[in-house]
Amino acid sequence: MIQLQHISKVFEHKNTPIYALKDINLTVPQGQIYGVIGKSGAGKSTLIRCLNLLEKPTSGKIFFDNQDITQFSNRQLISIRRKISMIFQHFNLLSSRTVFENIAFPLELSHTAKSVIKKKVNALIELVGLKDKADIYPANLSGGQKQRVAIARALASDPKVLLCDEATSALDPETTRSILKLLKDINQKLGLTILLITHEMDVVKQICDQVAVINNGELVEQASVGEMFSHAKTEIARQFIQSTLHLTIPDDYKARLSAEPKEGLNPLLRLEFTGITVDSPLLSQIAKQFAVDANIISAQMDYAGGVKFGLMLTEIKGSNTEAAIQFLRDNNTTVEVLGYV
Amino acid sequence: MFDFIPSFKPFESLFRYLSQYNFWTDFVAFCSSFNGFNEAMLFKIAEATDTTIYMVALSGFWGTIIGLPIGILLYATRKGQILECSSANFGISFITNIIRAIPFVIFIIWIIPFTGITMNIFTGTETYLGKEAAVIPLSIGVAPLIARMVENALFDVPKGLIEAARSMGATPFQIIYKVLLPESLPLIINSMTIALITLTGYIAMAAAVGAGGLGQLAIQYGYNSYKPAIMNTVVCILILIVLIIQYIGNTIVKRVTHH
Repeated sequence: MIQLQHISKVFEHKNTPIYALKDINLTVPQGQIYGVIGKSGAGKSTLIRCLNLLEKPTSGKIFFDNQDITQFSNRQLISIRRKISMIFQHFNLLSSRTVFENIAFPLELSHTAKSVIKKKVNALIELVGLKDKADIYPANLSGGQKQRVAIARALASDPKVLLCDEATSALDPETTRSILKLLKDINQKLGLTILLITHEMDVVKQICDQVAVINNGELVEQASVGEMFSHAKTEIARQFIQSTLHLTIPDDYKARLSAEPKEGLNPLLRLEFTGITVDSPLLSQIAKQFAVDANIISAQMDYAGGVKFGLMLTEIKGSNTEAAIQFLRDNNTTVEVLGYV
Repeated sequence: MFDFIPSFKPFESLFRYLSQYNFWTDFVAFCSSFNGFNEAMLFKIAEATDTTIYMVALSGFWGTIIGLPIGILLYATRKGQILECSSANFGISFITNIIRAIPFVIFIIWIIPFTGITMNIFTGTETYLGKEAAVIPLSIGVAPLIARMVENALFDVPKGLIEAARSMGATPFQIIYKVLLPESLPLIINSMTIALITLTGYIAMAAAVGAGGLGQLAIQYGYNSYKPAIMNTVVCILILIVLIIQYIGNTIVKRVTHH
């Protein structure tokens, strides 16, 4: 559907070049939800703006339906942009237009007949669940409702691809979930290809099929979501995955934590289970084999892309903790000794 | 061209209508108790008010016709904007600044030759006197002010909206008339209110080149032959005109604001 080949973008700032994107290669397959995750300043906004050429890449090719759109004239670009819709973090609705008129906007731009507009907009309003809000101005809508209007507006021109630029970053967690659910519905109902950029792994976890990690303008890792969560290759990807697991050492443990092993102190472990190890009863196995007691401080388990993964904070007591740790490591569990308590 | 409302004499007509009634004589008698007032003077004030309103309306109209597109161009040709063109921006900006730099009372005299030529083209008589002729320097004088205020109003439109419109395949022209203008309408109306009020002041100065109107009355009766009652009346009428313009402006702004 969309293919990026060797895309680079260089900004000139006071005569020093800034490399926003470096040789990005990316393929978004038809009908998938593709997530691009990166920290702020990583280049993800530039990347998504390059896709509909709001930002012209310095070099490289962008193929949309097997046509290289970087070679398009302005007139061709205008027609291709109607096939690549976009929604934004701050919604960007026209405050002078009602919900109905906002959704009708892209249709007006392409000189669609009034009767067609009316039919289409009403259907879209229903699709995004804002039936009674048609004549309300955006100022009187909540953030989630505004994003629904923006989604309806983006769908009005019958796009093939929807670009989401941090579409849920300005919304609270619950609204984020409902917007993501709407996007997933649209993806399934209309077969729309969605490319979304975000800095939250939660978003990727909830709806994406594939994910790419971008860091300092470079695409560092690219995989299916399940693959990424179970076998992240790069440190930055692991950081993002861990950020979805909200596991912190309780304050009273932190106060007692010492970095060096001492007589009478037990190791505090951080265990990462992925793939098959999630389902193995490893803790009871070490209890039996090495006679160690495990005191679970906190634990979390999650699904992403059909793969289970988990994180656990535990204190193990016993005479043979070293061997127990080695056993866990041998069974594909990532073990980190945080200290001794 | 300048006279598409030829019989615009609301106050003069009103006074003529009222003069049929009995109370009119009492009113004239009351007014005449002030130094300098008589029935003829009442009609003169009514006529001057009409002339002033006529000039405000007409030069406001032509000033907008000239100033609005210039304001849009000033904004759109800036660096990074939809019609980026630095040489055009520099040129327009330069001319706008020059006109704004000249005090209006000097500007109006400076362009007298141009006023004469333009009047000759449109009316066949080369004159710079009268309310019609005054509309030319007034329109040109107020246009740069309107242009700058429109530019400022457009600046307030969030950049994201332009980007969103571009992402939907809007042409630069569509961005201007479907996004920029509607979104900044409240601010533009506000600017228009300020421009019309400024014009009311300019018109008093236009009396210097024989434009007529309330300014002329104030100079003639208030300054040349010292008649405080007339002077005060003129000032009161000017204040009323300004207040009414402001009120109408505010009402429209309230109507068109949706946030």
